[in-house]
Parts: sequence; C-alpha cells; structure tokens
Amino acid sequence: MLEFLTAPLVYPFMQRGLLAAVMVGVVCAVVGTYVVLRGMAFFGDALSHTILPGIAAGYLLNGGDRGALFWWALVTAVASSLGIGAISRGAKLREDTAIGVVFAGMFALGIAMISTVRSYSADLTHFLFGDVLGVGDGDLLRIGIFGGLILLTVILLYKELMLLSFDSILATTLRLPVQALEYLLLVLIAVAVVVSIQTVGVSLMLAVLVTPAATASLLTRRLGPMLVLAAGMAAACGVVGLYISYYLGVASGAAIVLTCTALFLLTWAGSWLRGSRAKS
Amino acid sequence: MALQRAIERPDVAAAAAITAPALEIRDMSVGYGGGLALEGVSCALREGEQVAVVGPNGAGKSSLFKAIVGLLRPSAGSISFCGADHAAPSAVAYVPQRSQVDWRFPVNVADVVMMGRTGRVGLFRRPGAHDRALVADALELVRMTPLARRQISELSGGQQQRVFLARALAQEASLLLMDEPLTGLDARSQDEIFQIMENLRPRRVTVLTALHDLQLAARHFDRVMLLNRHLISFGSAAEVFTPAHLMDAYGGHLHLAVTREGILTVADTCCGDE
Repeated sequence: MLEFLTAPLVYPFMQRGLLAAVMVGVVCAVVGTYVVLRGMAFFGDALSHTILPGIAAGYLLNGGDRGALFWWALVTAVASSLGIGAISRGAKLREDTAIGVVFAGMFALGIAMISTVRSYSADLTHFLFGDVLGVGDGDLLRIGIFGGLILLTVILLYKELMLLSFDSILATTLRLPVQALEYLLLVLIAVAVVVSIQTVGVSLMLAVLVTPAATASLLTRRLGPMLVLAAGMAAACGVVGLYISYYLGVASGAAIVLTCTALFLLTWAGSWLRGSRAKS
Repeated sequence: MALQRAIERPDVAAAAAITAPALEIRDMSVGYGGGLALEGVSCALREGEQVAVVGPNGAGKSSLFKAIVGLLRPSAGSISFCGADHAAPSAVAYVPQRSQVDWRFPVNVADVVMMGRTGRVGLFRRPGAHDRALVADALELVRMTPLARRQISELSGGQQQRVFLARALAQEASLLLMDEPLTGLDARSQDEIFQIMENLRPRRVTVLTALHDLQLAARHFDRVMLLNRHLISFGSAAEVFTPAHLMDAYGGHLHLAVTREGILTVADTCCGDE
C-alpha cells in the first residue's frame, strides 16, 4: 500500500506535477468560488480560451521557452478580461453576447496562428488539454509567486469582495471603489487561469474553477469555510487525479477534472439523500 | 450654490448648517435611456423625519432612491445632505427590495449586518470589538439575536427585511432608504417593521420609504410624498391624499371612495411589479 503511494514519487516529474496540481487547485478553487457565487462561469470559460492566441504568439516567437509563454498568456488574459468588461459595459450588448464574441474570435485567432506550424495537432493538443507532468522548476516558481499574490489579495480584500459579490449597491453607497474592485476580480480570474493553463489546459480550465467551488457550496453556507473547503478539495483532487493518471495511463488534466467531478457527484448525492431524509 | 452663499454671508451659512435639512433635493431631473424618470423634483426632509413615498408603478420611486444613494446621476438639479453636496461615507443606508437580493449567498445573518460596517472598518482591515458590539446591538434592536447564525435563505420574509434594517443600523446611517420593505409581508411582519421604525426615532434617523399601501403611508409616517414623474404633493397625509392629487397621480388606476369623514378609501389597483 505504502509502495503504491511512494512508487510514483521517485520520478522528479511526478513530484513537480503533484506540487503544481496542489497549488493550482488551491488558487483556482479560491478564485472559482467567486466565479460560482457571481454566476461568471461563462466568463471563466471564455477567458481560458481567449488566452490561446497569447500562447500561440509566445510559441511562434520564442519557441518552447516557458517563461515567454507565461508572459504572453498573462498579457493576453488580462487584456481580454478587461476588454470583455469594457465591451459589456460600454456597448449596448448583453454581457454574455459580448463574452461570446471575444471568446470565439480570440480562440479562432489562436488556432489560426498555431496551424501555421507543421506539428500543429500535437502542439494544439498540449495547449488544449494541458500537461501537468511537463511542469518545470520555472513553472513551479511562477505558479507559486502569482498564486501567492492572488491568495494574498483575496485575504486582504476578503470583506470587500464579499460585499461586492453579495450587494454591489451597498458597496456603492459605502463609497467603496466598486469599479476598481470589479476589474480587480476580473484580473484575479485572468491570472489564476494563466498559472493553471499548463496543468489542465484551455478546455478543462472551467472545471477546475467551478467544480470544487460548487462542491463546497453544497457542504457549507458561509463564505470563509466555503473558500477553505473548495481549496482543500481541489488540492486533494489534484493529487488523487495524478495518481489515477499514473496508474491507469489516463491524461493527467482529464484525470484531475474527473476526480473533481466524481467528488461533486458524491457530495451532491449525499446532500440529496440527507435532504430527502430530512423531509420524510 | 451653498458655497457661494457662504462667501457672501458667512453668518447665514453657519445658521444654515445648523438647521440644514437632512436631505434637500432641488429641481432634480433623472434621465433613463431616452426619457425622464423624474422631472423637476424639489423637497426637503427634516432630521429624524419618517416619510413615505407613494405613487403608481413607474412613478420614479426607484429612480429617486437611486439618485439619492448615488447610483444614478441626476441630469439636472442637485441633492444635498445636511447642507453638504456629498453625504459622508456610510451616512446613507439603502435597504433593497427583497427580490433584488441573492438569498442563496453563503452568508449568515450576522455576516450581512457586519457588511454595514465595511466602510467604517476601512480597507484591508478586520472588524474589531467595537464593530462586533454594534452588530450585536443592531441585531438586538430588530430582535434577530437568536437567529444570528442562520443562513439568510432560512428566514421568513419579515425576518429578512429586519436583517437589512439591522445592517443599516450597524452602518450608523443617518438617512435610511427602504424600497418597498412591506411588499409580500403579512400584517404581523409589517407591524414589526413599523415597531422597529418607531425605535429608530430616538436615534434621529431620517427615513424615506417607498410603498404601495396608501393607508399604511397615512397611518405610520410623518409626511407623505406623492410622486408620478413629478412631485405631485408633499405634506401630511390629509394634505396629500385629496381626490385631485390622487387622480393626478394614479389616473384611472385607483378606486376612490369618499366617505363621510372625508377620508378616502383607496386601493392601488395597478398590476404591481412583484
């Protein structure tokens, strides 16, 4: 049994992968809690897709350099999140329509850029579905620094972000910088998506943002515990998912997401059973 | 304008500051898309006064409130608070309509009341003993202390309304705006709200409440503001609720029955937006 757990750890790529999965899980679950509470799931999904042209640009211009990819992705993500915010505010469009336009256009641009390279399909797969086992020391450092900054911001602005999400009218009457906080939240989501893109890829990003937070929301009815629970469960799912990936030979990103989904279904069934028992 | 007066006549300005109305609106218009939701509204509220705002749907009650709390910018005219152009931060409390609140949000009663302290606690800081004491006081005043740990969706409509009143109290607001606080509440819950409003009087909180029921407006408030895009009438219930004013405000949507005491039994028969 012990050997079952320790055997994968002899590989440095597994050690780095586990560390990355845990950090990404915590950061995404914390940011994702706000995504869930504010009904921004579509925004989160769109944002992860709009990064693709940024990654493609870094890939075409700087080759395989991970650091360059990261910065290109970060700039693209922050620009698209602010752009979506500005378009839905300024133009006479519904917010989801504005998101849809930016989402599809940017994603297509990314695919077009990557398709100019010969090893197109292999590279695209990597970006779409992630490769947590390919995480390097530089990646870990970037996840640690930016993930840490996100957590610090959420902790420092805990009561402001709670108030903004629950009742933006009160936030306005109390003269909080509502607009700035709204944009800050968009930037936090953008940064969380960028640090996680390596682990789960563009396509599965949404699950890491939304699923652990959704599971936590079934278990607690207070924000603080919900953030902690979501973070803990996401970290645990990252570890379990990687072991499943190792032993069953399943793609790592998919294994992590499926573990999150399984935990959600279990929790949901549990709360449903408890609910029906309480009624009878 | 106030500044100009202060330059010309400092003694007058000083006197005005003492007796300045808690809220003064001068010739205010509020635009919405193409048209005007409110046009040329002027009024002044005394400190500690409790005023009902009535009028048909679309009369501009919500626009009036949004302009006062600063969510809408008036297209013309001005608003002043105790003589100043801007209310002090946290001075204005807004109790939203219950339909506007996300009741599933993971917060309990005490959390919501503590939100009223957010501005006074300050950025990056945690609430201290003083804030917790004020929250406890506010919960006590609205008789919600036993339910402080309840998640807010597990409350009755009247209890939910009292939580938001407690939040306004914890905020130490001097002007309280309530948008349709009685809608959907049974008579007992409505009475509890009025009881709490009576308890606010010693605190000199000025209250402005939008409501549909003209009888409640007449019975429980110091003055009544009758609104239909224009301010039709503002004064005591007896002055405001005359057949001419009511026809002006409601047109055909109101049944008027003039009784021998000269009081009108009236019912707003319009659809209702809830």
